[in-house]
Amino acid sequence: MWDDIFLIPFLTGLCLALALPILGCFLRLRDEWLAALAYAHVAAAGALLALVGGIAPAIGGMGAAALAGAGKRFFSKRLAGGAAFALLLLGGWALAVLLAANQPLAERLGHALFDGQLYFSGSDNLYLVLPWCLFSIPALAWLSRQLLLARIYPDYFHAQHLPVWPVVSGFDLLAALTLALATMTLGVMGGFALVFVPPWIVFRRARSWRSSLFLSALIGALGYGAAFAIALGLDQPFGPVLALLLIAVGLLIA
Amino acid sequence: MIRTEQLVAGWQQPATAPLNLSLSTGQILGLTGPNGVGKSTILGALTGRAKCFSGEIHLRPNLRLALQTQDVPPVDGLPLSGKELLALTQASPEGLPPWLLERLDQRLDKLSGGQRHYLSLWAILQAPADVVLLDEPTNNLDTAGTEHLATALRQRVVHGAAIILVSHDDAFVSAVCDQVLVLKGVSHVG
Repeated sequence: MWDDIFLIPFLTGLCLALALPILGCFLRLRDEWLAALAYAHVAAAGALLALVGGIAPAIGGMGAAALAGAGKRFFSKRLAGGAAFALLLLGGWALAVLLAANQPLAERLGHALFDGQLYFSGSDNLYLVLPWCLFSIPALAWLSRQLLLARIYPDYFHAQHLPVWPVVSGFDLLAALTLALATMTLGVMGGFALVFVPPWIVFRRARSWRSSLFLSALIGALGYGAAFAIALGLDQPFGPVLALLLIAVGLLIA
Repeated sequence: MIRTEQLVAGWQQPATAPLNLSLSTGQILGLTGPNGVGKSTILGALTGRAKCFSGEIHLRPNLRLALQTQDVPPVDGLPLSGKELLALTQASPEGLPPWLLERLDQRLDKLSGGQRHYLSLWAILQAPADVVLLDEPTNNLDTAGTEHLATALRQRVVHGAAIILVSHDDAFVSAVCDQVLVLKGVSHVG
């Protein structure tokens, strides 16, 4: 397992296993957990579209997710109540399936994106994921107070004559890019499992917001490490093993 | 600090009679009146949420407002402690009643409705602000909570703030307010 061939994929996934549960806590706070699936599908469609257009899939995936994250705000009045994420999910899925059905190259990448391709992550991917996680985790901690205020006291910003949109748009962009990277590394469902399950557990059990962020990252990292070892040892696909393991842990302690 | 001239405010359409009010440092102003005369709308207009259809609002430059609405903060299922709630608005726990002080480390959704309401109210009341706007602050409070709130309001204005208080509780309003405006459908009397 500690050979380079497995160490680099392991470290790449570990960075995401720490960042995604923390991001998931904020998505759950904002009742936006569906965003995880929405941005993942948009990133997958963007990656396939880029591949067909002769551009690096990573650029297409991150670009499409960033566009969705930043652009969502302009349709917020028409797409209230989570409709934006449902439509992004459907649109991303439809485009990805159509591209995969019509382009042989896209079909292969499509399978890899939806099933996960962690074991094929190279150092290029690690050099993208590591600095992003080193940036996004402190950035989320920095946005934490504003995001909590916007949720609990939505009138606070109005009353203090402060604009709330930079906080919300900044978070949307951060979420979209993190989930795009996760999709291209762990796959759609592997990433979703880490965004959804650890926060679900800690929201039920943790005694404070600070401890919930720490515990969700801890559960994510431990679950990821165990799933990586089990999947490797039993020669099974990583994503489903991770999902089943996290569900079992969640049902036991949540 | 705040002055309105013939202010008519509303959300989609005008919902208040023209209102003149003036608030200075150290004052507590009460707004009372029956349901539907636009008491909460006036608070909304002062913070820029509700529309000002006619008349004028004059706010001192750089005036910091803090607003407590009647909406219950959505803390059910959220792992947020009382201490963290106060830290959000930079409110000090100093002066909280003992029955809340000893529960500050608990999650908000483990507190009773009254305790949760008072803590949410306290987070706004003690936030760094020049004017605190409170909408029905005595809702959900028992006698001890109401008495403690009355003392806390007086102490808050002594330290340089001003307060506008919307309430149905006439006894509370007359006990703590320096000035009371009774809003009516088409006009108000001082």
